[in-house]
Amino acid sequence: MMELQNIAIRRGGQTIMHGVSTRLSPGQIHAVIGPNGTGKTTLLRAVFGELPLETGTIRLGTRALVAGQKSRLAEWREDIAYMPQDTAADVALTVLEVVVLGRLGKLSLHIDDETLSMAMDRLTQAGIAHLAGRDIASLSGGQRQMALFAQILMREPKVMLLDEPVSALDLKHQVALLDVVRRETCANGWVTLVVLHDLNLACQYADNLLVVANGTLKACGTPKQIITPDLIRETYGVAVDVLHDRRGNPVIQPVGNLHEISHEHEGMLA
Amino acid sequence: MTINTQNAKAIDAHRARERRRWRTVILFMGMMLASLVLDIATGPSMLSPIEVVRSLTGMGERAPMTDSIVRALRLPMALMALVVGAALGAGGAQMQTILNNPMASPYTLGMAAAAGFGAALVLAVGGLGLPTMVAVPLGAFAFSMLAAFFLFMLASMRRINTETIILGGIALLFLFQSLLSLIQFMSSPELSQQILFWLFGSLTKATWPTLSLTAIVTLVCCLVLISDSWKLAALRMGEARAASLGVDVRFLRMKILVIVAIMTATATSFVGVIGFIGLVAPHIARMSVGEDQRFFLPMSVISGALMLSAASVLSKSIIPGALFPVGIVTAIVGVPFLLWLIFAPRRRT
Repeated sequence: MMELQNIAIRRGGQTIMHGVSTRLSPGQIHAVIGPNGTGKTTLLRAVFGELPLETGTIRLGTRALVAGQKSRLAEWREDIAYMPQDTAADVALTVLEVVVLGRLGKLSLHIDDETLSMAMDRLTQAGIAHLAGRDIASLSGGQRQMALFAQILMREPKVMLLDEPVSALDLKHQVALLDVVRRETCANGWVTLVVLHDLNLACQYADNLLVVANGTLKACGTPKQIITPDLIRETYGVAVDVLHDRRGNPVIQPVGNLHEISHEHEGMLA
Repeated sequence: MTINTQNAKAIDAHRARERRRWRTVILFMGMMLASLVLDIATGPSMLSPIEVVRSLTGMGERAPMTDSIVRALRLPMALMALVVGAALGAGGAQMQTILNNPMASPYTLGMAAAAGFGAALVLAVGGLGLPTMVAVPLGAFAFSMLAAFFLFMLASMRRINTETIILGGIALLFLFQSLLSLIQFMSSPELSQQILFWLFGSLTKATWPTLSLTAIVTLVCCLVLISDSWKLAALRMGEARAASLGVDVRFLRMKILVIVAIMTATATSFVGVIGFIGLVAPHIARMSVGEDQRFFLPMSVISGALMLSAASVLSKSIIPGALFPVGIVTAIVGVPFLLWLIFAPRRRT
């Protein structure tokens, strides 16, 4: 269980997030959604301990990050795997070597067969075992994202922080990656916090949605409970229809510019 | 194909890749040793390489003069070429790694220019009572470290990115070059000549004590760098990712900067300004063995040593009997070599 208590985050003299309180239970996917520039990445970085808290506390098991207190970051991060948004990797390393680097800190000068075999298992999980010997810089954006996902699987975390992990992936690989995330989250009891831009993917995969807007947590709950046309319009300023798929999960369908719609309505009335 | 056989195959491929890299490293090491022998063999009185090997190993018959030429006169210079080349190669490699920029090197970031200015200043105003042999390297070292300290301050600031550090380094390069020109402009022709000679870079100043000091500093610094192999490899994946893998990026950057500064300032202060090796040796290493630091670092060291040693051979054999400053030769042979690296078809293993 990870608990965020009234946290605020300051960056460059500006409060980016404030008043965020929530509980994130293990074995569930918690998807963060919200418009661009509202602090989704900031939230993840704060949870990873990369940005100091202005107020509040983040608790994980017996450990805690407290605002204004020096904390032992290495210890805090031990069980946390964080996948940043940036997937650039202009480095002369093979995919296998990149994945092995996920165990940084536990590596000695000789890489043993056990570590290599573990890295291969992670690549197999990510569905790109056949790329093991390729140069990371030669991969497509999507393949690279999969390789970097395999890298953080090597950390054997308790908390998984994924910042837009599917941004460069095609439909098949989006589903593949999120399927792995869901399976491993359930199997290992991870607390998985993932930033997603695709609302429909978020609704489909999230057990819990965190809607971030204007620097605070606007809504929070299962997609079925909280997704309404009003919420989406207030958050994104876009009119949508909310439909439901065969499992009852909400499907969000934009209906275009508010202005045009009112025009159409006028036309129909006339 | 089952998962197990697929894993076994991929692991075998990885092991084969590691062996291939070891072979490349060993091949370059062989070339480096061959160059060392040639370096000792060339000079005013030419020796045969076989005679040199005999004298070095103390086996077989040779002329009585040979031993004193080889061991007392030429061996320190030839070894100095290897050690300084190694220091510059390793320094350049880690500068490029921590700044994530293929154009970084102690030279391009102004540390060599600062050393040149320091040496010139001592030659111009005197060494506070110290003999020139001690004062000049000391001045070079001090100013090189001063330049490094400026870069260190930049690197320690929170909101400074790598581009800004590089920009600061290039600004230093211009600053120290201007100051150097100023000293030269104001000094007598004799003094100006002396300064110029120091700037050219020369191995003839090598003695056993300076060689030992440079060798020990280089060795210790390289061992520290090796111990951070994996962190440095992770840093090349980008700052955010290195941090996410548990690397304290700012601390690592400052630590490596200090080590590189000490290593290259020591080397530069005894032989003068030798550019290019710090820039090119890491590229040779990257192209031949990739950036797994376990191979990348030794390969940068060996490539640097090989380059300077080969330049030393060349500096003595362009006109037999005459000795060109090795710093000049390095850049002249270095540029075509760099162009070849850029235009040659890439093959990464």
